Amino acid sequence: MSTAVQARQKTGRAEPRTKGAGMLDALHAEWTKLRTVSGPAWLLLGVVALTAAVSAAADGATHCPAGMNCPVDPAKLSLTGIQFGQAVVAILAVLVICNEYSTGMIRTTFTAMPRRLLVYAAKAVIVAVVVLAAGAVAVLGSVLAGHLILPSHGFTASRGFHPVWLSYGPALRAATGSVLYLALIALLSLGIAALVRDSAVAIGAVLAILYLFPIILAFVTDPAWQHRLERWTPTNAGLTIQATTGLRNLAISPWGGLGVLAIWAGAALLAGGMMLRVRNA
Amino acid sequence: MTTVSVPRAEAAAGADARRSGFGSLLRSEWTKFRTVRGWVIGMIVAAILTVLVGLFAAGGVNIGCGSSGGAAKSGKACLPYIPHGPGGEVVTDSFNFAHQPLTGNGSITVRVTSFRGEHANITGHPAQAGNGPNMAPGLMPWSKAGIIIKENLHQGSAYAAMMVTGGNGVRMQDNYTGDTAGLPGSVSAAGPRWLRLTRSGDAITGYDSADGTHWAKVGTVQLAGLPATVPAGMFATSPSYVVTQTSFGGGSSSGGPSQATGVFDHVTVSGNPAGGTWSDTPVGGGGPLSQSGPAGPAGLRGASGPAGFSHAGGAYTLTGSGDIAPVTPGPGSSLPTTTIEQSLTGAFIGLIAIVVVAAMFFTAEYRRGLIRTTLAATPQRGRVLAAKALVAGAAAFVTGLVAATVAVAVGVPLEAGKGQVVLPVPALTEIRVVVGTAALLAVAAVFAIALGAVLRRSAAAITLAVVTVVLPFLLTALHVFPSGVGAWLLRLTPAAGLAIEQSIPNYPQVTNVIDPARGGYPLPPFAGFAVLCAWAAAALALAFFLLRRRDA
Repeated sequence: MSTAVQARQKTGRAEPRTKGAGMLDALHAEWTKLRTVSGPAWLLLGVVALTAAVSAAADGATHCPAGMNCPVDPAKLSLTGIQFGQAVVAILAVLVICNEYSTGMIRTTFTAMPRRLLVYAAKAVIVAVVVLAAGAVAVLGSVLAGHLILPSHGFTASRGFHPVWLSYGPALRAATGSVLYLALIALLSLGIAALVRDSAVAIGAVLAILYLFPIILAFVTDPAWQHRLERWTPTNAGLTIQATTGLRNLAISPWGGLGVLAIWAGAALLAGGMMLRVRNA
Repeated sequence: MTTVSVPRAEAAAGADARRSGFGSLLRSEWTKFRTVRGWVIGMIVAAILTVLVGLFAAGGVNIGCGSSGGAAKSGKACLPYIPHGPGGEVVTDSFNFAHQPLTGNGSITVRVTSFRGEHANITGHPAQAGNGPNMAPGLMPWSKAGIIIKENLHQGSAYAAMMVTGGNGVRMQDNYTGDTAGLPGSVSAAGPRWLRLTRSGDAITGYDSADGTHWAKVGTVQLAGLPATVPAGMFATSPSYVVTQTSFGGGSSSGGPSQATGVFDHVTVSGNPAGGTWSDTPVGGGGPLSQSGPAGPAGLRGASGPAGFSHAGGAYTLTGSGDIAPVTPGPGSSLPTTTIEQSLTGAFIGLIAIVVVAAMFFTAEYRRGLIRTTLAATPQRGRVLAAKALVAGAAAFVTGLVAATVAVAVGVPLEAGKGQVVLPVPALTEIRVVVGTAALLAVAAVFAIALGAVLRRSAAAITLAVVTVVLPFLLTALHVFPSGVGAWLLRLTPAAGLAIEQSIPNYPQVTNVIDPARGGYPLPPFAGFAVLCAWAAAALALAFFLLRRRDA
């Protein structure tokens, strides 16, 4: 409630200057909402900790014994934690919208800022920015773990493994791409949350989208369907950004794959935005 | 406020609390559950999606078989002859067999002095042409050589055998699924192994010995209806060499054939030193591999290959390739095999939907403040938790049972129509898989209820319940981790419960790959399910503790 009052005051002060709340006011309001409750901070901490910890565990569990040919992509292995981190990112993004619906706060918000798409855009920007920041820390931690652990586990340059470090072009692409991946997952979740409005249903839908396609891909043995699933489903296509070996055999190029995820996120945001405008809050 | 209503509720309920307390509590929770339209729709959606995704996965089994006959073929046309064992299971039955007829009761005894093998040299890179025989020395753990008494020379017929193996010591095996350990250790000239099989009616008894003097009985098996005269003799075989590539986003496996050579002497049949004529039959194309040409599937077992059986002095040398074992799904199988649980892939989406409904069933009460009314009416908070868990679990079970039954009933014929060998299982196993899937969803619902009570936030509870079941499965199925780590994930996390869907057991005499997407889990079905139940029970206990301690 106090945040709502603050948002009002802010709007009130801005009014004489800009004739109604502008993007900056909306951003400020959303940032205040996110900053002043403890949930998002814990979730962001969870993103960083889970991603880095799972990545480090994956590094620690993988050895390449001498004399064996190990078909392992070290960069991808070092970024395994993204698989977990994305679930926490999804919670964060879903709650940014759904918490307002569950408490009725959304009506206050829309009363203060009747331009709903402005509020929506501000939420998207704020969520994307905080996820980018947390994602960068998480990915840096994962890369650092891979850099420190993998060489002692047999993944050395002398055996043809490229270092997991940002000086190696493809590894840099995998790392930055993974940060962008998390941000796109956040936007996808935000769009679905705006569409569904209930946090339980929204998180269920997001988790289904994130994990169901890879599961189906694991079961399906038809090469044509495998190819389609690898190219067009959000997680499989999006995570090709992490590939640094066997680039010729990818179903879709790394940036192309991230583009597919961006299309999913864009479509979800668009659908969510349209419903936000049309429906009663 | 609540302090006023609690004693009143207690007083009102006091008299009949002991008689109908829990029954009426169950009824009130059931009323809550069925009157929220969204939850009922959620359960129906769970059932429909389970069936649809299951059918998609069942229809998505299609391994091309164009290479087998030159022209591309598809569907049932490309299936080779599929032997079935006496127990009805699909089996591999390919080995090189040097035999002579054994009439009536009798025995066969040999000494194995040498056992060696070689396998396709898979380096992860395509074989280079003109590289000569692309083979590396080495036995497979289940390369086999020894003596066998077999019903006839047809694939899939009954048998009993004593054998030395590449990595599992002396074994007695029968009818593809039976396996008993004998002497440990491997064979060498200095440490040979003596093997003996004795027939008495339908009973075949196996013995082993390290010196030919001191014999130990390994086991006795009954081969019902064995004819009076049966082929008996020496055999050698060696299963394919499989390498699983670990690449994220889809594990693939490559491999190649292998062959094993056993050297036998002191061969006696029915007490007579064997000077009689030995016939050499490569049962199921199980002769030695041809020495040239790149490594590839089938086709290598050429009739053009070198003779796999030779005799010099008192020593017999026999070389064979293949296996005498049940067919298991997954890499290494020479057949396009699939399992009945392939059509239950949709249980994952059903699980997500059911977990959403179950978590909401508890957290919604917190959101609306209804929890205070509920707890005022039933001050024993543990009972409320139990009633909710029971109602949601039962609803999930019924939903899952309907969905799994339909998915298997429709999906399995669909798989078979795609030219797949759907590995047959006994009716009881099929029931366990279907009912187990329903039970899996029920326990997942209880787990979600408990997490909902602990966390009081639906989003967090749902994510935790889904991720702990789905992600260990996914990371193992995609071979993100080395298989040892993946196996531990599937032993310790709630995902272990998925093992209840495994229809083909992990036979000890087959090199099993832990590949949950192909029906291979590290724990036996009910043990894995017990792990999930333990997680649900632990979450319930924590929920019970917190529910009593915390203010509602």
